[in-house]
Amino acid sequence: MDEIQSLMMGFGIAMSWQNLGFMLIGITLGVLIGVLPGLGGANGVAILLPLTFSMNPTSAIIMLSCIYWGALFGGAITSILFNIPGEPWSVATTFDGYPMAQQGRAAQALTAAFTSSFIGAIFAVLLITFLAPLLAKFALKFGPPEFFAVQLLTFCSFVGMSKEPPAKTIAAMMLGFALAAVGLDAVTGTLRMTYGVPELLKGFDFLIAVIGLFGIGEILLTMEEGLSFKGKSAKISFKVVWQTWGELLKHWKLFLRSVAVGCWMGITPGGATPASFMSYGMARRMSKDPDSFGKGRIEGVVAPETAAHAAGTAALLPMLTLGIPGSPTAAVLLGGLLIWGLQPGPMLFIEQKDFVWGLIASMYIGNIVGLIVVLTTVPWWAAILRIPFSIIGPVIIVICAIGAYTVHSSMFDVMLMLVFGVLGYLFKKLKYPMAPLVLALVLGDMAESSFRQSMLLSQGSLGIFWGSPLAGSITTLALVMLLWPLLGVLKDYYRAREATAATQAR
Amino acid sequence: MNQPQENGAAIGVRWPELLVALFLMALATLVLVDSVRVGIGWADDGPQSGYFPFYIGIALFASSAWTAVKQLRRWGVVEVFAERAQVASVMAILLPMTVYVAGIWLLGIYVASLLLIGYFMIRHGKHGVALTAAVGVGVPLFFYAVFERWFLVPLPKGPLEVFIGIA
Repeated sequence: MDEIQSLMMGFGIAMSWQNLGFMLIGITLGVLIGVLPGLGGANGVAILLPLTFSMNPTSAIIMLSCIYWGALFGGAITSILFNIPGEPWSVATTFDGYPMAQQGRAAQALTAAFTSSFIGAIFAVLLITFLAPLLAKFALKFGPPEFFAVQLLTFCSFVGMSKEPPAKTIAAMMLGFALAAVGLDAVTGTLRMTYGVPELLKGFDFLIAVIGLFGIGEILLTMEEGLSFKGKSAKISFKVVWQTWGELLKHWKLFLRSVAVGCWMGITPGGATPASFMSYGMARRMSKDPDSFGKGRIEGVVAPETAAHAAGTAALLPMLTLGIPGSPTAAVLLGGLLIWGLQPGPMLFIEQKDFVWGLIASMYIGNIVGLIVVLTTVPWWAAILRIPFSIIGPVIIVICAIGAYTVHSSMFDVMLMLVFGVLGYLFKKLKYPMAPLVLALVLGDMAESSFRQSMLLSQGSLGIFWGSPLAGSITTLALVMLLWPLLGVLKDYYRAREATAATQAR
Repeated sequence: MNQPQENGAAIGVRWPELLVALFLMALATLVLVDSVRVGIGWADDGPQSGYFPFYIGIALFASSAWTAVKQLRRWGVVEVFAERAQVASVMAILLPMTVYVAGIWLLGIYVASLLLIGYFMIRHGKHGVALTAAVGVGVPLFFYAVFERWFLVPLPKGPLEVFIGIA
């Protein structure tokens, strides 16, 4: 097996003392980011990205991806102990996690959450290990029309699958594309939409957008909700861990189901948040005693955590093989690859073997390290949460400002961050989804260039997207996803008409 | 946005909703105008620069117009955007944040951060002067050590840093 051999080589790279050290730093920072309000996986990685510009890319991505794992773990701590989801994907964990903590079973809930996260991630990494090389080989045959079709599918599935109103999803996405187009057009050398402002020449950097939208926006929301950190304390003893593991063994079916939901939602750009809700809902519906959910069932912690972590990890699969990230954090990591001079996509698996397999191997080790770190250090993280928001709040603003400044050493970016922050707050309040905006901003140039190349090939005919069976079927699927919400509207319309017809007939 | 008929304690969702949609429509117009300027057609060597953004602009305009029209059609329905007190606490952090960004520009990030943290801890947290001073001075020093010393990434500096000769 080729993959096993490559993986072993990857372990060789990831296991160096230096990289293990970076992993430990990454996990610790990640948990910290996951625990603090206003800092999350996406903007945490975005803020730290500039510090890695001078590092070797393999070590850098190992550290950054470990921040991501850490953030996924950290979200569970605040949800269970404080009933405050540190991350959107841990909202579903609060439903049963916090009641468990109130009943004095915080240690069990935390152990269950961490273990579930770990299992979800490991299965997703296994999937990446064996599916990624195949997918990359397959994608090598892609031409510009196929790439554009896949990108189209990514964006259309947002419209078809998100809970937000389709018009708002499209608007957020198009705003991302429009912002990505600002600046110098690399193909023709024309300046676009700069309106004579010199700062706009280099365009909008998605890192600034991520720090503003997710960081500052989140701070504003936190302020609005008015924080009262009244948490349960927790200490995890080895005995509790052992007992909980025994109990968890009984739920192996639930694990498998949640992993499947998570992996699917992660590869298609559903992301970790809907995955966690879907998995929680499924666990509840399929349980013999659905009414006891929300009152402290361990399954209610296992299902969302497993799915969220599996989705978060699986989101890296399309990022590595196709260059299309499945989540905002994966998008930031993709931006990192571009900055380090690595072109994500199928060629990565041929030209940068060390990098790819080092990263994949580090996912295994990173998650093991993560599990050990969180299980042993929970009381400290809980203590950090007791620091009042009047201290944490301004410090996080300072961190965001430093993060925004260091991307290009530009004051303009810091102001831009503030603007994006206000936009993020308004978008969140008005139910505009943020993920399509960020993904469009990252992928905008790539999508545009594959679209233009396709148009060049076909001399301007859109027919090229049905020119090969592969491109044709992906494009058709994309359009189905796009028109999916319309189907619902039509159904409602006809139902309403039938209803009025029925009343008139009476 | 503060329409008094929306029962004093809360702010309705309709004005923010409409204004954001109009804002996006205005941005779309900027995109469309400039795309037409650089050319949305076909040059000798392929699509012109405005070719792709033009359609993006149309989609942005259309989807936001949809949201705006939908909001106008149900103008009488009042939904709560936020309580007035909530908006006040958002402003209580947004305004200092804006001043802070201006402060970075004038005073450098270290002094501005000290002022921001100090203002917040005393105004909102009612912390003592000793703790406030410790955090306010400690945090910038920590970032100085990490960024300027360890990772050699320069951060914005102001007159104080020039005066003590580290700028």
